[in-house]
Amino acid sequence: MTLLEAPLLEAMDVRKRYGDFTALDGVSLTIRDGEFVSIIGPNGAGKTTLVNVLSGFVPPTRGTVRFKGVDVAGVGPVRLARLGMARSFQLVNVFPGLTVAETLAVAVVSRLGRGRRLWASLAGDSEVRAQVADVAALFALDDRLARPARALPQGDKKLLDVASAFALRPEVIILDEPTSGVSTRDKTAIMEVLVQAAARVGIRAIIQVEHDMDIVFGYSDRIVVLHQGRVLADATPAEIRADDEVVATVVGRRAR
Amino acid sequence: MIARLVLVLACVAALVAPFAVRPYHATLMLPAFGYGVALLGLNLLFGGAGLLSFGHALFLALGAYTAAVLTTHAGVLRFETILMVAAAVAAAIALPVGLLCVRYVKIYFGVLTLAFGMLFYSFLFKFYTLTGGDEGIRVLRPTLLGRAFPDLGKVEYLTGPFYYYALGVLALATLAMWRIVRSPFGLCLAAIRENPDKAEYLGVSVRRYRLGAFVIAAVFGAVGGVLLAVPTGLADPLLAYWTHSGNLVFMLLLGGFDRLLGPLLGAFVFIFLQDSVMSITQYWRLVFGTLLAAIVIFFPRGLMALLDPRARSGA
Repeated sequence: MTLLEAPLLEAMDVRKRYGDFTALDGVSLTIRDGEFVSIIGPNGAGKTTLVNVLSGFVPPTRGTVRFKGVDVAGVGPVRLARLGMARSFQLVNVFPGLTVAETLAVAVVSRLGRGRRLWASLAGDSEVRAQVADVAALFALDDRLARPARALPQGDKKLLDVASAFALRPEVIILDEPTSGVSTRDKTAIMEVLVQAAARVGIRAIIQVEHDMDIVFGYSDRIVVLHQGRVLADATPAEIRADDEVVATVVGRRAR
Repeated sequence: MIARLVLVLACVAALVAPFAVRPYHATLMLPAFGYGVALLGLNLLFGGAGLLSFGHALFLALGAYTAAVLTTHAGVLRFETILMVAAAVAAAIALPVGLLCVRYVKIYFGVLTLAFGMLFYSFLFKFYTLTGGDEGIRVLRPTLLGRAFPDLGKVEYLTGPFYYYALGVLALATLAMWRIVRSPFGLCLAAIRENPDKAEYLGVSVRRYRLGAFVIAAVFGAVGGVLLAVPTGLADPLLAYWTHSGNLVFMLLLGGFDRLLGPLLGAFVFIFLQDSVMSITQYWRLVFGTLLAAIVIFFPRGLMALLDPRARSGA
């Protein structure tokens, strides 16, 4: 294996227990450069726990998580953001009182390491302004820059959450149900925006948790199927489709 | 528009007050200047970072005692030096205290700051040899920009050069806070106030920024404390007592915490209201308690919101 093929993000034998409940039971997972990986599975399969462990939010009970070769198990979101990982959330997660421009500026300021500037004028920082405008344009939010997040429609709030993660220009982005609560027609539109934005920003890998099988099968290079805290399958969409057991236990129930 | 007009009128009033009103009322402006500076800092913590301190009087007392020790014991009378030393002492104390306090939020943060405030009060009260106990330490008249004004009596000094000096400090402090709120640092604080978990995912270290706000608030508090101590000529333990911290919170709620100038309005209204109500009845605390309840219920965004009803500007 050459250095280039070394995994970007790697989870090995990750276990997570909450008291008597085992949320993750020996999950191993490898994400390589250029991959779009979807994590699917029924409710309670451990998808969100896995995402929380991968994004450093909760430490695993056992096992390791390496990002670009660095052990990141439980290092916390701030450190991971600096290392080049960002995530969006299943539930709408915005700064209600901040405008669209301010929200994106938080990410840009953080990425540029300018948050400690007490005396600088934010409004006068042309680099921050330009990058905010860039991201806003990518996500078609540029016509509502001055609107507070709380006044946005639900779909736009979701988009703003994703856009702020993109504004960090991460190498890996984890999207927890980026299209939940959005109409089927809009889902494809959001996915198109996401994929294009990822290419523009230079994101090396996308991991998403998703319930919509059209989206999952339409966009993924690889699908990881979780069931009761274990990896039931980890294969290409075509291989998953051909696997009757997987389709029956997970996909079938979902695709109804 | 109305807010701007009021602001201009307020500035003019502050500038001409020593000539236009009786000296007594001009001297009443001085504590309002001091509290104004302190509240700008306290509001960075509350309005800016969402942390309500019930022990902020600690830093006002720290400023006042620094002025007292420097003028009485160290023979330092230069006001500029006193202000800078007070700011440095406050930052040095706020760093370890803040490190402990910003680990907590909401009521836990409030109670912990209250505890530190009372700890300092006990220290001032009990360590008689160092602090003068309940008698405190005198604060001698400082020189301003190197001038002692030996010809002026106390009232002329306070309503003359010291008045304008204090007003100048308040103006500088307001300008500084205006810049801080509009800086990248201010934006990150606002993000933390709005949604700390999301801020962390965007790489903003919540504790570090909260600590930064705590230290800045402490510095403003100490500078305010120095301004308060000169007119009274005394630093005493009551400056650190919890009721004093409570008054600061009252002023903040009175003026409104979601505007830069809300705290200044709160300070002025509080001082003048206290003076007039105290002259009418000894039960002024009862009146103030009722007033505070009414404000929280009917004007949760303070008096400033009446002047400038726009939505929160992120400040």
